[in-house]
Amino acid sequence: MRRRYVRNSARERRAEERARRLLRSTAGEDAFEMYERFGLLSVQNDRYGYLIYPQRPIVAYDAESGELLSEFCVRFLDGTDPEAGERLPDADDVLAKWMALRADEHELIGTANVHPLGRQLDPAMVRRDLAQLRAFRPERPD
Amino acid sequence: MTPGKGDVLLAEGDPEVAEDEERLIREFRRQLDLGMWAAVPHEGPGGRREATMVRDFSEVPAEAERVIFFPRAAGG
Repeated sequence: MRRRYVRNSARERRAEERARRLLRSTAGEDAFEMYERFGLLSVQNDRYGYLIYPQRPIVAYDAESGELLSEFCVRFLDGTDPEAGERLPDADDVLAKWMALRADEHELIGTANVHPLGRQLDPAMVRRDLAQLRAFRPERPD
Repeated sequence: MTPGKGDVLLAEGDPEVAEDEERLIREFRRQLDLGMWAAVPHEGPGGRREATMVRDFSEVPAEAERVIFFPRAAGG
């Protein structure tokens, strides 16, 4: 018997809309606006900041200087429904990273595979994104 | 959180009602057995949005309105 898995873009669009509503109600209006405008989130503590891209690595930077440090590759895969694929909707993926960083930064970073910046993401693009976020909310980076 | 769907309601009820609490505990354990992580969103100091991971139903704060289950992180 042949089995086919096909991409259902209407379902993916509906799932992303639901995921954006969950992101908004969980991470708040600021985070939601950041995701809507720039397509990513950020989290920052006293020492380190993180840029959270959907389905891509998290990028760490020095909170004080803004120097980009490393890519942290981490995935949240769910294979229970093969037809739906393994990936969460983009907004759920960034929210999962946001919650994990907020709740237990060390566990998430310890789980990730660490690579030098540039392995998956263009450093110039990441620098532009960080500059945009800092201009967007200079007083409160996360 | 699920691929292809987004968030799906798994169970709801009042944890102070014994029957509801049993159902909530059962679903909580089922999700963790499936390998999910569980996070409780809440407000921190200054109204900042926070999240706390919980590993047992007893760790869910009484005032928590929801628990979000999502796949466990793995190195990519």
